Amino acid sequence: MKLFKNNKTAPLLASPYIAWALIFILVPLAMVIYYGVTNASGSFTFDNIAMITEPGYLKALGRSVLLAFISTLVCFILAYPLGMILSSMKLARNTYLVTLFILPMWMNFLLRTLTWMTLLEGKGVINTVLEFMHLPPIHIINTSGAIVLGMVYNFLPFMILPIYNSLSRIDDNIINAARDLGADSLQTFLRITLPLSVPGIISGITMVFIPALTTFAISTMLGGSKILLIGNIIEQQFTQVYDWHLGSGLSIVLMIFILINMIIERLADTEGGVLG
Amino acid sequence: MKKIIERLYLILILIFMYAPIVTLIVLSFNSSKSRARWGGFTLKWYTRLFSDTAVASALFNTLSIAILATIFSTIIGTITCIAMVGLSPKLRSLIMGVTNIPMINADIVTGISLMLLFRFLHIGSGFATILLAHITFNIPFVMLSVMPRIKSMNFYVYEAALDLGATPVVAFVKTILPDLVPGIVSGALMAFTMSLDDFIITYFTKGSGFETLSTLIYNEVKRGIQPEIYALSAIIFIVVLALLLIIYRAPNTKTKEK
Repeated sequence: MKLFKNNKTAPLLASPYIAWALIFILVPLAMVIYYGVTNASGSFTFDNIAMITEPGYLKALGRSVLLAFISTLVCFILAYPLGMILSSMKLARNTYLVTLFILPMWMNFLLRTLTWMTLLEGKGVINTVLEFMHLPPIHIINTSGAIVLGMVYNFLPFMILPIYNSLSRIDDNIINAARDLGADSLQTFLRITLPLSVPGIISGITMVFIPALTTFAISTMLGGSKILLIGNIIEQQFTQVYDWHLGSGLSIVLMIFILINMIIERLADTEGGVLG
Repeated sequence: MKKIIERLYLILILIFMYAPIVTLIVLSFNSSKSRARWGGFTLKWYTRLFSDTAVASALFNTLSIAILATIFSTIIGTITCIAMVGLSPKLRSLIMGVTNIPMINADIVTGISLMLLFRFLHIGSGFATILLAHITFNIPFVMLSVMPRIKSMNFYVYEAALDLGATPVVAFVKTILPDLVPGIVSGALMAFTMSLDDFIITYFTKGSGFETLSTLIYNEVKRGIQPEIYALSAIIFIVVLALLLIIYRAPNTKTKEK
């Protein structure tokens, strides 16, 4: 590998990005941590982080974790069979089909959420249709259910894509070999297909769980600003209350949750690797 | 029987994904402002949308930020990936580790952290801050798609070109760059769509009075949905559909020719 004859060329080429990452990734993150562990007079404190134990905030965090968990689970349950069906189809046709399933991803995120506002409203499209069919109206707008629906609708493609990718990479010969050796479909699935698709499942879970955990737009639009998630609380600290210290402290809590999530996934990944 | 169930499942998920979008498109032609009643066919929301200067300037901002952020992040990301070859493994893994931060971290924290930085540096919010933020979160996507190509690269051809008398630049452009192009293109596409779709980071770094499409829609929604937004959704959907069909057609025809 002698791309660079001079020893200084590579560091020189990398230096703009190193400077960029320092200024726009590391320094800002350090600022969040600095604000999180200081108070308005600049002295060190853990009060901002400890504020998460306030009942209102704790409730918002608990609700965020719960709703993100349910949404991730629903996305997984919907996406896995879909990934299996898509990966078992003939190649020429399924590029179009897969595109069809991830196409809503390219629609603006807020427009996708807005769609469900229109559908679920008290006098929205769904209730009008229900009324027309003489069925009782549903009232799920401004409930946690509507937020979960919005999360699933928005983030489903993020689950479909990695699962489909990992399933379609499985060599048919391995499956055939398992069949030849006498495994039935369930055994083949549990011992071959599922373990081999673990990397896809894990990246799908990350891509759904973290945005769902930290969203504030979906809960504002579909929860009618009555149901607050931890994202809403943090957003308010920066755009309405202007308490940057508290907002940063709560952001640190959020980052701790993201870290825990990553560690759990890493562990699951190595276990999957052992199984596979 | 299995085939039928599979088909049915695909169709049900497609209905779940597309019925809402179709509803929006239908409503964009509804002359009644109410979403519960069909008041007859109209194009007035489209004409209103096109005469709306706020939407036009938000669209202009969104597109220009996305294009500029894509260009800058693609150049910086690609150069950094190439430089990685000549760096020590330690420095390399350090750079990749830092690059992963914006991808793993929640957008809301990234947005807030950049907002704190811009306030601290007294950089006036608006076009420049959003552009800087977008370049920052786009570079990792570019590096992620260029890096695998670099790793699997064969440098012997490059060395052969040098031995045969090519200057390093010519040798690079003729032997290495062509191999990187697919990675660069998919990285750039990724960066462009991420930039177009971003709401959260833009929201925290935009300051007041400057809107992109996402922030404009968010403000509108808080005030109550106007049917013009449906017209906007319909147009965006059709444009996205058309672009994807073009993109997916292109490589398919190529492989057929082979």
